Amino acid sequence: MSERDDRDRAKSPVGTSGDTRVGARVDDRADARVDKAQYGLAAVLAAVGLYTIYDASQLRVGFGDPIGPRPFPYAIGAAMIVLSVALAVATARGDVPEAEGGEDVDVTSKPDWVTVAKLLGFFVFTIATVNLLGWAISGAILFAGCAWSLGSRTLLRDLLVGLVMSVGSWYFFYVTLEIPLTPGILDGVL
Amino acid sequence: MESLDLLLGGLAEAVTPINLMYAAIGVLLGTFIGVLPGIGPAMAVALLLPVTYGLDPTQAFIMFAGIYYGGMYGGSTTSILLNTPGESASVMTAIEGNKMAKNGRAAQALSTAAIGSFVAGTIGTLLVVFFAPALADVAVKIGAPSYFAIIVLSLVLVTSALGSSKLRGYVALFLGLTIGLVGLDRSTGQARLYFGQLQLADGIDIVVVAVGVFALGEALWVAAHLRRRPVQVIPTGTPFMGREDWARSWKPWLRGTALGFPFGAIPAGGAETPTFLSYILERRLAKNNGEFGNGAIEGVAGPEAANNASAAGTFVPLLALGLPVTATASILLLAFQNYGIQPGPGLLGEQADLVWTLLASLLIGNTMLLVLNLPLAPLWAKLLQIPRPQLYAGILFFASLGAYSVNQDPFDLFLLLIFGVVGLSIRRFGIPVLPLILGLILGPMMEAKMREALDVSDGDLSGLFNESLAIIVYVIIALVLLAPLALQFVRRSDGPTGPSEPDKEKVSA
Repeated sequence: MSERDDRDRAKSPVGTSGDTRVGARVDDRADARVDKAQYGLAAVLAAVGLYTIYDASQLRVGFGDPIGPRPFPYAIGAAMIVLSVALAVATARGDVPEAEGGEDVDVTSKPDWVTVAKLLGFFVFTIATVNLLGWAISGAILFAGCAWSLGSRTLLRDLLVGLVMSVGSWYFFYVTLEIPLTPGILDGVL
Repeated sequence: MESLDLLLGGLAEAVTPINLMYAAIGVLLGTFIGVLPGIGPAMAVALLLPVTYGLDPTQAFIMFAGIYYGGMYGGSTTSILLNTPGESASVMTAIEGNKMAKNGRAAQALSTAAIGSFVAGTIGTLLVVFFAPALADVAVKIGAPSYFAIIVLSLVLVTSALGSSKLRGYVALFLGLTIGLVGLDRSTGQARLYFGQLQLADGIDIVVVAVGVFALGEALWVAAHLRRRPVQVIPTGTPFMGREDWARSWKPWLRGTALGFPFGAIPAGGAETPTFLSYILERRLAKNNGEFGNGAIEGVAGPEAANNASAAGTFVPLLALGLPVTATASILLLAFQNYGIQPGPGLLGEQADLVWTLLASLLIGNTMLLVLNLPLAPLWAKLLQIPRPQLYAGILFFASLGAYSVNQDPFDLFLLLIFGVVGLSIRRFGIPVLPLILGLILGPMMEAKMREALDVSDGDLSGLFNESLAIIVYVIIALVLLAPLALQFVRRSDGPTGPSEPDKEKVSA
C-alpha cells in the first residue's frame, strides 16, 4: 500500500504544492493543467448514473419480494454520480490522467483522431454490410481498410491477405466447428 | 492423497493423441496471439474463446489450457525481446530480460522464462489440487452475507491495488457494475437498462465486452498514438542454457513460485506484487556482482516463476468460490459458464470429473508449452516484425470475427464497436481495465447474494451482517480502505518531503 501512495504522490502533478509551474512548458500535456475533456467524462458518468436510477425506478416490485430489482441499481447509480462529482472536482484541481503507454504507443505525440475515425468508418461499413456481402467479403474489406487507415500503402496485397484470412476463417468455422458464418452473396460459392 | 488419485484419473482420461493435438494447437495459437505486441494473456484468451465453442468440454479445456499458457509465455517473449511488457505482470521480466537479450543472451532469457514458467505452473497446479477442494469444503458453509462481503472485498482489493489513481479505479469498477446490470433481473424477469432493444434484454455477452474493451480499445488507442519508427527486435537463436544458467536459475524459480502462489490464491489482484517482490528478493540475494541491472538471469527466472505461480494460484478462488481476480481468470470463468459449469463451492462435488480434467489439462498444456516453445522461439521472434498497420488490422479482424461468430448478428459487432470506443476512452482518461471487467462479471453475482441475504431477513439490513465471517471481512475492507488514508496523514505530519521513493520507481523507469 505505502509504496503505491508514494507513486501516487510522485506522479500527481499537484502532489507537491506550489512548484507545479516549474518546467511546465516542456511538454504540452503538463502545460494544459486542466484536462477539460475530463469534465466531459464526468458529465457522461453523471448521465449514466442518473439514467441507471431512472431506469430502476421504472421497475415493478413483486409481492412478497422484500428487496426487488431496484436497490442494487440505485446504489450503483448513486455511486456513479458521487464519482462523477469527485472526478469533476479533481479535474478542477489540476488532476490529469496518466494515459496508458505500450509498445507501439507514443503518448507524447498528438492524438491522431483522423486515423481512429477512418477505422471506425470501416467498422461501421462492416456492420452494415456483413449480412449482405457475407463474412468472406466484409472481413477482407475490413482488414484491408484498417491496414490502409493505419498507413499501409500496399492495398492490393492487403486485400489478398484479408481475403485469405476471411475465407480461411470461414472454412475453419464451417469445417472444424460446424458453424456456417454468413455466406452472403457468395452463398453456394463457398 | 485422494486428490492425487483423482488428478491421475483426470490425466489418464486426458492423455490421448487427439487431446494432445488439441493441446498443441492451443499452445501454438495462444503463443501466436500472445506474442503479438499489445496483446496480453487476457486478450489472447478472450480472442480465442470462440475457437473452442464447437468442442466437447474435455477437448475445449485442454485446448484452452494450452491457449492460456501459450498466451502468458507469448507475453514474456515480447517483454524480453522488445522491452515492452504487454501487462503489468511482465514489467519485472522485461527489466533484466531485455538487458540479457541486448547482451546476446536472448536465448537464455527465453529459456529460463519458459522452464521457470513450467516449474512454477506445475507446482502451482499441484498446489491448486490440494487447496481448492479444502477451500471448497469450507466455502460450502459460507452463507450469502459472507459471500457478499467477500465479493466486495475482492472488488475493493483489486480496485485500490491497481493503477496510480484510486478514483479512476472506482470509476472503472462502477462502469463495469452498470454494464452488468443490463439484461433480465433474475427474480422478477424484468429487463434493466435495455433501451428497448430485445438483443439487450438477455444481457450483454461478456465476450463482446471483453474483446471490445481489450482488443478493439487497444487497437484504436494505438491508432491514435502510433509510434512512427521501426521497432528493433533482437534476433534469437534456439534456446539452451549452460550449466551455470541452470545453477543460477533453479533457486529463483522455486522462490518465485513460493511468492507467487499465495498472492494468486488470495483475491488480491494478480501478479504485479509478487513479481515485484521476487525481483527485489533476487536482487538482494545476488552476491554483489553488479550484474543486476545489466542482465542477471535470476531477475528473469524469479519474476517469471512468480507470475506463473500466481496465475495458477488464481484457480483456487476461481474454482472454489467462483471468484475471478484477474482479467484472464474472468475470461476463464466465462469459458466455464459456456459449458454450463458454474464454479463455486458445489463445483467440486457436482462436476468433479470436469474439474480434474481441467487441472490435468493445465498440466498437459504447461508441458506442451515447454516442448513446443523452446524450439520455436526464433519463429515467434519473427512475428514481432509484422508491420504495424497489418498487425492492428489483423487484431481488428479477429476481434470482429470473435464477436460475430457467437450469434452471427451484426448487432454484436455494433456492441463491439461501442465497447471499443469505451476501451479507447478509458485508455485516454487513464482508467484501468481490470476493475471494469471484474465489476461486470461479479456484479450480478453480488446482487444475487445480497438479495438472498436480505430475503432471509425480510429486507432488514441486518441480514447482511449476521454472520461472523461477514463481520471479519468488513473489518478487513475497512482496514484496506482506511490504512492508506491513515498513512498519508502520518506522513503529511512528517513534513512536505515524504520518505524517498522506494525501488519500484527506479526499476520500472
